Amino acid sequence: MSGLNTLTIAEARDKLRAKDITSTELTEACLAQIDTAGALNAFVHGTADLARQQAARADERLQGADETPAMCGIPLGIKDLFCTKGVASQAGSAILNGFQPEYESTVTQNLFDAGSVMLGKLNMDEFAMGSSNETSTYGNAVNPWRRGNDDAALTPGGSSGGSASAVAADLCLGATGTDTGGSIRQPAAFTGITGIKPTYGRCSRWGIVAFASSLDQAGPMTKDVRDAAIMLEAMCGHDPKDSTSADLAVPNFEAMLTGDIKGKVIGIPREYRMDGMPDEIEKLWADGTAMMKDAGATVRDISLPHTKYALPTYYVIAPAEASSNLARYDGVRYGHRATLAQGDGITEMYEKTRAEGFGPEVQRRVMVGTYVLSAGFYDAYYNRARKVRTLIKRDFENVFADGIDAILTPATPSAAFGLGEMADADPVAMYLNDVFTVTVNLAGLPGISVPAGLDRQGLPLGLQLIGRPWEEGDLLNCAYALEGAAGFVAKPGKWW
Amino acid sequence: MSIDLETAAKVAKLARIRVEKEALPALADEFNTILGFIEQLSEVDVEGVEPMVSVTPMRLKRRVDTVTDGDQQAAVLSNAPDAREGFFAVPKVVE
Repeated sequence: MSGLNTLTIAEARDKLRAKDITSTELTEACLAQIDTAGALNAFVHGTADLARQQAARADERLQGADETPAMCGIPLGIKDLFCTKGVASQAGSAILNGFQPEYESTVTQNLFDAGSVMLGKLNMDEFAMGSSNETSTYGNAVNPWRRGNDDAALTPGGSSGGSASAVAADLCLGATGTDTGGSIRQPAAFTGITGIKPTYGRCSRWGIVAFASSLDQAGPMTKDVRDAAIMLEAMCGHDPKDSTSADLAVPNFEAMLTGDIKGKVIGIPREYRMDGMPDEIEKLWADGTAMMKDAGATVRDISLPHTKYALPTYYVIAPAEASSNLARYDGVRYGHRATLAQGDGITEMYEKTRAEGFGPEVQRRVMVGTYVLSAGFYDAYYNRARKVRTLIKRDFENVFADGIDAILTPATPSAAFGLGEMADADPVAMYLNDVFTVTVNLAGLPGISVPAGLDRQGLPLGLQLIGRPWEEGDLLNCAYALEGAAGFVAKPGKWW
Repeated sequence: MSIDLETAAKVAKLARIRVEKEALPALADEFNTILGFIEQLSEVDVEGVEPMVSVTPMRLKRRVDTVTDGDQQAAVLSNAPDAREGFFAVPKVVE
């Protein structure tokens, strides 16, 4: 049977349960697509043998009398940031060359316990630092979308660029992503798929290579909102191995997708309307606002006065935490160790190993983090940023206390740009890609990006909804209503 | 605030990343761009604001102080670039 790889998770689940198809057929269909999609550079470590074993086991479960979990037999791609037992896990970095963890991340374990199949590991920016998937040791991941008839390669966004590209190109039914400043939502928007970052603490971070621990969250990247609900439910849950994991019951998110948002109050934050915002983004946002209104929601203008300071706050806090987290890559316990010269001691070993193993963006952020934490600058930078973060979070608490159920914003300031087009820009220009998403990480809130339209060159654009903490079910339902109204069905033309 | 070459070299040293002398001017330039951007935070009135410790007002879980795992020497050493006789091997630390 051909075309199985184009199914959504929900469609595949129903066919698997009805025994119309087997997980083995579904998995083979995906593996065949991956084989022809080398030009996208999305999958970087294939695990075809493991996938076939897991599919066979899922087929056995599906033969049983009991109802199987929704994810049973569903083939997925796993971002390279997740440690997967016995399978290369490099976080897109040369410093983890050859690393094969002896343990499984909680999120992938949860997915496997639910019967999911792993097709392989997906490309990403090195240590999840980037907005274009151009900092990976595996080379750039490529967006399956192109501008009209132009064959210039475009970015799938970052850092979960491989995940976004693989889902958009139907190489897998869904993929895991992680989001520290927008790394699920921005690539989802650039590739016309759905991506949700849940509330901080909803998904265990155990076994996910740490970038900035107070901001990182895993989430699903899927073809539509229903699939996001199904896959998120399988990924999350309390984990005693992560002390920041919330001990809260996980609702049935899919059952909450009614599409009924009558009486909901949607906030439109005035600070997100920025100078120089392209007309197309402006129009997309206005259209999305009208759709929410038509669906019965009340739309209200709101103010989040500290929005302007979110990016500078992020670029203190994230590098500070990264410099601390990445101190463990020293060439002693795992990964790369530099060849030493006669007489070199341990300090030379650390310095050479880290200079060889980390790419330029990672080195830059580790050093910025070192600087803002160093004696004499800790209060001026790091402590001040933590105080501003409190104010950013308070802005959201205030609007939610005023009765706002969800906040609608654009997901990105533009459509996908060309690979290499930002090469001469300074780092700060690249950081602006996360301008609409980063506040959500600082406040620990759930946020979802839904494809909502095409720009004049035929590239997908996304809208973002931000929800109350722990209310992912409600947020997904608002996104479901928006998805239904936007009716986004475009797919990239196959050139790869 | 402007970062000079000496500061750039000191930060690289603290971060344990070797940066060759020729690369220091470009590094200092990048620091200045990023720190210039971060400088905006000095405009914010943070008087009386508590620095955020945790985004969720939640007490960290605690557990009984007992051994829950262990006897994993082979697994712990399995990815080491150099391991000998059950230990990680590194260059001489003390002369």
